[in-house]
Amino acid sequence: MMTEPETTGPARRTVLLGAAGAAAALALPRSGRAAAVAAPKASLWPEAAFKATTPDPALKALWGSSSLTPTTQVKMDAPDIAENGAVVPISVDANEPKITGVALLARHNPYSLACAYEIPEGTSPAISSRLKLAKTTEVIAVVKSGGKLYSTSKRVKVTLGGCG
Amino acid sequence: MAHQILVHATTSGGVTTVEALIKHPMDSGFVKGKDGKLIPPHYIEVVEFTHKGKLVLRGFWGPAVSKNPFIRFSFKGGASGDPIGVSWVDNKGETASMSAAIM
Amino acid sequence: MRAGVNRAGARMAWGEDKTMKRVWLMIAAFAALGLARPAKADPAADLKAFQRYFQTRFPKLELKDYVNGPYNFSANDRAQWKQILEFPPYSFAVDAGKKAFDTKFPDGASYASCFPHGGIGIAQDYPKFDEKTGKVVTIGIAVNECRTRHGLKALSLTKGELADIVAYMTSTSDGKPIHVVIPNDKRALAAYEAGKEYFYSRRGQLNFSCASCHVQAAGKRLRGQYLAPALGITASFPVYRSKWGNVGTLVRRFIGCNKKVRSVPAKPDSAAYRDLAYFLTYMSNGLPIAGPGARS
Repeated sequence: MMTEPETTGPARRTVLLGAAGAAAALALPRSGRAAAVAAPKASLWPEAAFKATTPDPALKALWGSSSLTPTTQVKMDAPDIAENGAVVPISVDANEPKITGVALLARHNPYSLACAYEIPEGTSPAISSRLKLAKTTEVIAVVKSGGKLYSTSKRVKVTLGGCG
Repeated sequence: MAHQILVHATTSGGVTTVEALIKHPMDSGFVKGKDGKLIPPHYIEVVEFTHKGKLVLRGFWGPAVSKNPFIRFSFKGGASGDPIGVSWVDNKGETASMSAAIM
Repeated sequence: MRAGVNRAGARMAWGEDKTMKRVWLMIAAFAALGLARPAKADPAADLKAFQRYFQTRFPKLELKDYVNGPYNFSANDRAQWKQILEFPPYSFAVDAGKKAFDTKFPDGASYASCFPHGGIGIAQDYPKFDEKTGKVVTIGIAVNECRTRHGLKALSLTKGELADIVAYMTSTSDGKPIHVVIPNDKRALAAYEAGKEYFYSRRGQLNFSCASCHVQAAGKRLRGQYLAPALGITASFPVYRSKWGNVGTLVRRFIGCNKKVRSVPAKPDSAAYRDLAYFLTYMSNGLPIAGPGARS
């Protein structure tokens, strides 16, 4: 039973307005297409990693190794039970030096690799996103630091909804 | 046309936090449509974020990323008014991009 | 003639005594009328009783907490909901809805010209009873009436552009207390009573009423999903459901619920759903608008 009341008002509105406002600020100095943001190169996409059906080959294809060092320095925030397997909020953070990559895998998804990130210098490895989990699965968070892969994992349950 | 990428970027204590919501079906290819046939896979493969033109995050996404992807990340630096660029390419070769100012 | 005595002076049996028979029949008729005649509709009393029922059942919840729906009952689900609300999934709908709302009609008029206060900050007053037509009008129906008045086609009441417009309009009422009015008009009271009857009537192959899940089983689980109490349940509409992948209106949910209990749904603009919305929203009078909302 919850005792803290939900704040429905200003906090939410601010996010919405802020988002719309920021997006509406396309009013940046525009000089034709020069100011347009270039689309990423599709060839960068690590296809083999995303087609792997288990974590080890996915990690080998992504980063050349599947040797993981579990550590409490990698933290993952994921629910015990997903309210809806199609939208599971998951966050990763890590306290290792010089992290250049972050990846999230779901062992029992049809393809284990859910997402991966290249972390330039100056960017934090703390990333929040929303993932699909096909069924109850171990979710593995991996960060690449130096030549090594550090990880943590958590079992997330995916149940059948009630009413639909 | 309504916005397809919504960005909320704020800066505080020398760190800029970027939150983005990107409109995209992110169809996995495993779901059947109303006609009983599988909806073909249609998902963002690469997404990039820039700050003043410099890459601050590159994401490799796939069918397991939820519809209308959300992401939050942060990087050192950035000042109010600086441009944050967002762009993506999906498995069909479609692209979208936009630029938003840090609040 | 003396009652109870025939011409011969003998006492009559009941069947013989036509006068007494008539008297008894009249007494019986009046009694039957008294029993069969329904008590006058008293929405205000119903509202008090409805809210009191839930407050007694869930003493730790404040009235305004009920707009959280199922999330008052599970820390696990509530945490995920809060995280999703950090960048609400209905943001695109509100954005598109505002654009559509602000777009002028071909004849130069706009949605703003159809509504009080230009359509801003008024969602909490719906559904309304339309004295001219004698029907209940939900905010979605009002949007369509505006459109048809200005030569545009009506939109789907369940999702899409209309749901986006309603999402935007509702967002301008964020936090305002729900304020459905039931005037002292026989037709309005009848609509209210019809909605109330619908709510409490079992239907479908599974033979559930709305109350089966949202009153009796409120706060409990149906398989893995917590059931929201009926109190406050309309406050977060229109709602982005992860399951839908987009925003849907209250009537979309009515149709879905009907299907789930294997009852044939009514048409979106049917009197059944208008009246149900009237009753159900009225029961949340005083609670803050929390829509558009996010649910699984």
